[in-house]
Amino acid sequence: MSRIKAVMSQLKSDGKSALIPYITGGDPVPGLTVELMHELVNAGADIIELGIPFSDPMADGPVIQLACERALEHNVSLDDILSMVSGFRETNTSTPVVLMGYLNPIVKMGYGLFASKAAGAGVDGVLVVDLPPEEGHQLLVEMRNNNLDSVYLIAPTTTDDRIKAICDASSGYVYYVSVKGVTGSASLDVASVAAKLAVIRNKSDIPVGVGFGIKDAESAAAVAKVADGVIVGSVLVNTIASNIDNHAAIKAKMYNIVSSMRQAMDA
Amino acid sequence: MPTKYTDDMLQQIPDATGHFGEFGGRFVSETLMPSLLQLEEQYNTLKHDPEFQEEFYRDLADYVGRPSPLYFAERLTDKVGGAKIYLKREDLNHTGAHKVNNTIGQALLAKHLGKPRIIAETGAGQHGVATATVAARLGLECTVFMGAEDVQRQAQNVYRMKLLGATVVPVESGTRTLKDAMNEAMRDWVTNVDNTFYIIGTVAGPHPYPMLVRDFQTVIGKEAKQQCLDKEGRLPDALVACVGGGSNAIGLFYPFIGDDSVKMYGVEAAGHGLESGEHAAPLCAGEPGVLHGNRTYLMSDNNGQISATHSVSAGLDYPGVGPEHSWLKDEGRAEYVAITDDEALDAFRTLTRVEGIIPALESSHAIAYGMKLAKQMDKDQIIIVNLSGRGDKDMHTIAEIDGITV
Ligand SMILES: Cc1ncc(COP(=O)(O)O)c(C=O)c1O
Repeated sequence: MSRIKAVMSQLKSDGKSALIPYITGGDPVPGLTVELMHELVNAGADIIELGIPFSDPMADGPVIQLACERALEHNVSLDDILSMVSGFRETNTSTPVVLMGYLNPIVKMGYGLFASKAAGAGVDGVLVVDLPPEEGHQLLVEMRNNNLDSVYLIAPTTTDDRIKAICDASSGYVYYVSVKGVTGSASLDVASVAAKLAVIRNKSDIPVGVGFGIKDAESAAAVAKVADGVIVGSVLVNTIASNIDNHAAIKAKMYNIVSSMRQAMDA
Repeated sequence: MPTKYTDDMLQQIPDATGHFGEFGGRFVSETLMPSLLQLEEQYNTLKHDPEFQEEFYRDLADYVGRPSPLYFAERLTDKVGGAKIYLKREDLNHTGAHKVNNTIGQALLAKHLGKPRIIAETGAGQHGVATATVAARLGLECTVFMGAEDVQRQAQNVYRMKLLGATVVPVESGTRTLKDAMNEAMRDWVTNVDNTFYIIGTVAGPHPYPMLVRDFQTVIGKEAKQQCLDKEGRLPDALVACVGGGSNAIGLFYPFIGDDSVKMYGVEAAGHGLESGEHAAPLCAGEPGVLHGNRTYLMSDNNGQISATHSVSAGLDYPGVGPEHSWLKDEGRAEYVAITDDEALDAFRTLTRVEGIIPALESSHAIAYGMKLAKQMDKDQIIIVNLSGRGDKDMHTIAEIDGITV
């Protein structure tokens, strides 16, 4: 069983929802990423989404765009991201890590090489924002050959007939994008999220993580009531933006945000 | 030998999922997929709807002023001393470039889809102006995204768009040029997908855009073919067009793909020279990758990050290219070459002085290569160069290069 599946089924039997924080690898400096990942786990993260920085993050709002720019100032590459995961695995072998990014860096490395290197580094799953299942077959084959999970997106606009196909291509979980927009934009509406989740669950048993628009403990708790996973990104990345040179402050603030979400979700 | 590129074969390019061989496709985030599928379905219906086609061609005639002339550039031909050079005068279109052929078509699509708001990205500002123009004509709300660097170097077009009632949003992210404008347009579209139609300005983007923009622009090649037959009684020997995203080039080339005797040359921007790395020539110096919704030749670094590009012409300053050109390149059906800033500027001055036609800096790249090519050909041979736009918008840039404040 994959590490993601194991975590998800454990949480389910505990009656809990997964807390899935996102940070961009290499932001603000490459040396801090592994420390931040451990800090997120200490604060209560169940799965970590690690962003692969990209020069043209089309689906991201300004907060994550700037995170990519900060990382790219240090020339953080896909290989560097994989090294960060290896570094994290030196002391943590239980928390799943899902890479999230755009396709071109993976194309450049080559699908087969990427999948085998990612598996070797201890990555558990990959979410490629600009790769819908229709175009994803070749990468999916390589992922499956390396026992990696593929996480695909479902959006508010996704039609019912596509939902099934997306769930079938996904393993580990599917990522429901709760708002029409880029990361860090609007606040989500829990009622409409719940309605869409009902449609998804009607078609598949795969766990559903919900992201975009979760900003604080209150929204995290509200989403946890209806979803299998709560994905939080921009609000964490923002703590980096406002404390660039103060690594202790970044760690402390991230810890506070994530642990307050954890408490609210489990209450 | 009969051509390999029969109508039946070309019908399959792109295939049902938007692939031109291994290029093209639909690489976008899920939020946009349903809209793209809907657009494709609608377009496939309207494509065969005589009323839609009639409306499109009527607008091209009465509003754009088509057909555009095929002009024999006699003095230029004499000066070069080789093949006869004809210019396809897209510069004479309403708004001054070929871009309007496409915006007329896409605005009709927007109308049929019932979307009250239009967005566009623009580099040189020609596509932005052409979009703002059709939006004004149809009473649609219009927002144009433009890289902050381009806002500066194409100030006059920015003002034109504003006069036409459009909102121009300067994009400060990334390299502050066309690719970043396209990123921002995609971000807007994802957010406002319910009420917004995205008019992409070139044959790039996710399927069905490369196909439908091509279809709207093929009016250029259809006319040129007939005009050449009327004037010369035969097909041309070569076609030359500049390639930013590739819409004016594919518009000229497409109706000739099955005519094996007609050579096709796409001219990319070599900027400061291909060897300098400061250029915008993905077909000449890039590798296949994925950007802005399609798989195509791209300029990116070893880590897959998209490279900064350079060209004196804002409309060619783009790291990708339409997927159909990537296909034509790998097929060997079209050849792609590059012209430097300096060569383009020379051609700009030559055409202006010899023919009394001030070309756009983008088109000047095609003129420069057309002159090189003509020189190597016989006097009884024929070249058609696509004069994709006029140079009014570039006065500021040229004056600055000449050290003059206008
Ligand atoms: C006059 C002119 N020609 C050419 C181009 C390049 O676009 P494309 O390669 O799509 O024809 C532009 C783009 O702005 C333009 O304004």
